[in-house]
Amino acid sequence: MEIPYTVEERPDTGLYNAKLGIWLFLASEVMLFGGLFSAYIFLRFGAPVGAFHEWGLELNIPLATFNTLILITSSVTMVMSWASLKLNEFKKYKLYMGLTLLCALGFLIIKYIEYTAKFDHHIYPSTNTFYAIYFTLTGLHGLHIIGGMIVLYYFWMPGSKMWNSKPEQFTNRIEIAGLYWHFVDLVWIFLFPILYLL
Amino acid sequence: MSSGHDTIDIQSHIKVYMTVFAALAVLTVVTVAASYLDISTGEAILLALTIASIKGSLVAGYFMHLISEKALITWILMLTAGFFFVLMFIPMASFIDQAQLG
Repeated sequence: MEIPYTVEERPDTGLYNAKLGIWLFLASEVMLFGGLFSAYIFLRFGAPVGAFHEWGLELNIPLATFNTLILITSSVTMVMSWASLKLNEFKKYKLYMGLTLLCALGFLIIKYIEYTAKFDHHIYPSTNTFYAIYFTLTGLHGLHIIGGMIVLYYFWMPGSKMWNSKPEQFTNRIEIAGLYWHFVDLVWIFLFPILYLL
Repeated sequence: MSSGHDTIDIQSHIKVYMTVFAALAVLTVVTVAASYLDISTGEAILLALTIASIKGSLVAGYFMHLISEKALITWILMLTAGFFFVLMFIPMASFIDQAQLG
């Protein structure tokens, strides 16, 4: 049996099913990160005045700024991979998707450098409440990057065969994967200032 | 597959994506520069979150196509935003309460 509404829109929702599905999933993700943002506020108010800012001074702002730019770039290459499919340019799709994965890998490498620098200075989640929430938030975000990379790699390599048999459905799959990827970028846009700059 | 009309439409979208990319890069630099301003913590938080909200709106609006998305998705997100703000208000409310208790 064929999965219904993979390309055409459902008359009652006006959307193909996967798009409604990913937005509902992203709504649940907002609440997941929301709970941790809420914990951040709770811990910041609970810490001595100015302590959160002081504890955060150990973090590497230039490296995190560079990482922010990498993630923004990956969002552009992601949307460009979808646009390339819309324009029937499969080779360009492959190029942009490859660049997206490269940016994601770059982000993780920089995060690894940051983490190991902290551990070398004996800074762990147990050091204080700032680092407890820093490692929790950036760790969970990093896991989202890894999860996204697995899906994007599948669509870049083995899953891309679908382009030959069902190009419209494949294009929609890339749009859905892109929505997830942009969300991960969006979360980092808020994590960057609250953890590194304030 | 894409028709001629679609192709023109997507090409105009690509121009918008590049403009948004440039705006996001500039705003990232502005966020970092603003953190070095000699202002109070409250003002710094307000400024940083305002810039982050602008950046977030650009990503959601243009890269995630929310600007032209169906009403159902807008309603789902408005409901989510409502719950999100409740979640943010809970810790603040507890501290306001503690402050009032002295």
